[in-house]
Amino acid sequence: MSTTIKTPDAGGHFGPYGGRYVPETLMAPLEELERAFHEAQQDESFRAELKDLLANFAGRPTPLYEAKRLSQTLGGARIFIKREDLLHTGAHKINNCLGQILLARRMGKKRIIAETGAGQHGVATATVCALFGLECVVYMGEEDMRRQRLNVFRMRMLGAKVVSVTSGSRTLKDAVSEAMRDWVTNVSSTHYLLGSALGSHPYPMLVRDFHRCTGDEARAQILERIGRLPDTIFACVGGGSNAIGIFTAFIGDAGVKLVGVEAGGRSGKLGEHAARFSGGSPGVLQGAYSYLLQDEDGQVSLTHSVSAGLDYALVGPEHAWLHDQGRAEYVSATDSSALNAAKTLARTEGIIPALESSHAIAEALRRAPAAKDEVFLINLSGRGDKDTDIYRENFPELDQDNAE
Amino acid sequence: MPSSERIARCFEACKQAGRPALVAYLTAGDPHPDRTVELALAMERGGADLLELGVPFSDPIADGPVIQHASDRALHAGTTVARVLEIAREIRAHSSMPIILFSYMNPLLRYGFDRLCTDARAAGVDGCLFTDLSVEEADATVAAMKKHGLDTVFLAAPTSTERRLKLVAEYSTGFVYVVSRTGVTGEQATVAGGVHELVDQLKSLTSLPLAVGFGISRREHVEAIGGYADGVVVGSAFMRVVEKYGSAPDLAAQLESFTRELSGRS
Ligand SMILES: Cc1ncc(COP(=O)(O)O)c(C=O)c1O
Repeated sequence: MSTTIKTPDAGGHFGPYGGRYVPETLMAPLEELERAFHEAQQDESFRAELKDLLANFAGRPTPLYEAKRLSQTLGGARIFIKREDLLHTGAHKINNCLGQILLARRMGKKRIIAETGAGQHGVATATVCALFGLECVVYMGEEDMRRQRLNVFRMRMLGAKVVSVTSGSRTLKDAVSEAMRDWVTNVSSTHYLLGSALGSHPYPMLVRDFHRCTGDEARAQILERIGRLPDTIFACVGGGSNAIGIFTAFIGDAGVKLVGVEAGGRSGKLGEHAARFSGGSPGVLQGAYSYLLQDEDGQVSLTHSVSAGLDYALVGPEHAWLHDQGRAEYVSATDSSALNAAKTLARTEGIIPALESSHAIAEALRRAPAAKDEVFLINLSGRGDKDTDIYRENFPELDQDNAE
Repeated sequence: MPSSERIARCFEACKQAGRPALVAYLTAGDPHPDRTVELALAMERGGADLLELGVPFSDPIADGPVIQHASDRALHAGTTVARVLEIAREIRAHSSMPIILFSYMNPLLRYGFDRLCTDARAAGVDGCLFTDLSVEEADATVAAMKKHGLDTVFLAAPTSTERRLKLVAEYSTGFVYVVSRTGVTGEQATVAGGVHELVDQLKSLTSLPLAVGFGISRREHVEAIGGYADGVVVGSAFMRVVEKYGSAPDLAAQLESFTRELSGRS
């Protein structure tokens, strides 16, 4: 596809999206980060160290698993699952964290800060900080701390300090704002280890490049397994890191449909979901220009999703560009369809998925029966342990002593 | 359209009088949009030379708690961009002090940037300053402001490299806002070290007036900075007064007397 550019321009633009909308104080540090990233990519020893950590610490390559019982049950598409949930710490987030911690060390930063929604990025950040002996502070919305309790404890066990954010909706967006305020204050000592394909240039590019191993592996694995490419790829989209990680290797394959699944929440009403493409319009939030859920006066809307990792008002800028180019399609799955998809996957394949990933599964389940002879590939970005409390709340019938 | 020149004339007049210009920040709509005009005029009586009228935003990443809360209260009271422009028009009807809109980009983009420039100029606004607009993203914005005769104020920061300081100076008209410290807005006990050097460095790059802000809250800070810069910006310290006396009948009088204390004028 000639209209699709894979790298942003020098200013970090994907078409009109992305860029650098930050206070001047952060501009030189962003330039420094970009320089360090480019130098690191040219450096053989950096690449070798990252490769070794990805393999021997995180567990790459991850399996490509054919979900035969699930496919049979649905009676349509042949479904493959990329098992990012099997990575150390339980989600794809570790790919990016290993890359960025090596960059931080290269830049001589002594202190790491991060935002987290579901807590998976926070846990992955706390993990790499423990591994490299660096101070770690994670900002997390008060509401998210409540609903992802287990991950809060894991971060603390790993030695990180978790700061509760009580402004705004007390979710991911507010955690990002607090992390940015910390960064602008402590910028000389501190690296901001941003956890999704969001924020100012170079983050969306850098986070994508640290996650593209997912798609590169999956493409080689499926060619080897069945001798052809998949027809459709499904990934959930919060900020968009796991989705861009699997999409990137396939963007040049015009025959492969790319489907990003956002959080449809409780309803289509503004404030009750996080479906930026159907409910939003282009705007600037936290450093980037992209599709944004906002009111008619340009104030950022509250969002809702049962899944903390998808509960965010802006989508990563490269997705906005893929959307406008028609190269990827973006749909949403509701809270209840994601919950049901999780149960279906658990009972047909013995895999309990993260609630975020369950949104991608839900859309694949919906389309599979009518897709005979097609091959589906789902990015299973994380495992569901962290969501046990939410599953318990939503499936009370399974919490009885005589449950089935 | 040519600039109103109000900003340039204001700095020139302060220079003639041998004192730094007091640039006063006020979040429009806090505690209520109906009160902002009265508060701005009280600050002018207290010795404010320029007004920075803050457009409230839901996610003010560059602001500390005081201005965050001011923004929240203003939004809660129903402040919109259109209302901020009405407020500017009413202030202009009673005052010739320069007015600068101080805003995050998103509410203005949503309003329509060209429409904003037209309406702002018609309301008597003299320039704009954006907290989250880097010079790299500013070409279209600056072109629209120039077309409508609005001054374009950019920020220089302690982290800015020489190359960036040159860009900031090049993109600015009216004055350059010198950020005194790395961090968010908020009062501090002392003026940051290094700001004098930053001002000197900028003086070698531009002849525009230089106003220093972030953390300034006391008369002694104003005096110290007035020794080497053309202006001093105070924000959170004013909004602290608004927060404290928000519902009191003498809010305007309190703000006026605090402004007088800072300006040292009688
Ligand atoms: C398992 C999992 N998947 C997906 C996401 C969403 O993020 P992104 O869109 O960046 O992949 C998260 C975020 O917390 C997550 O924990």
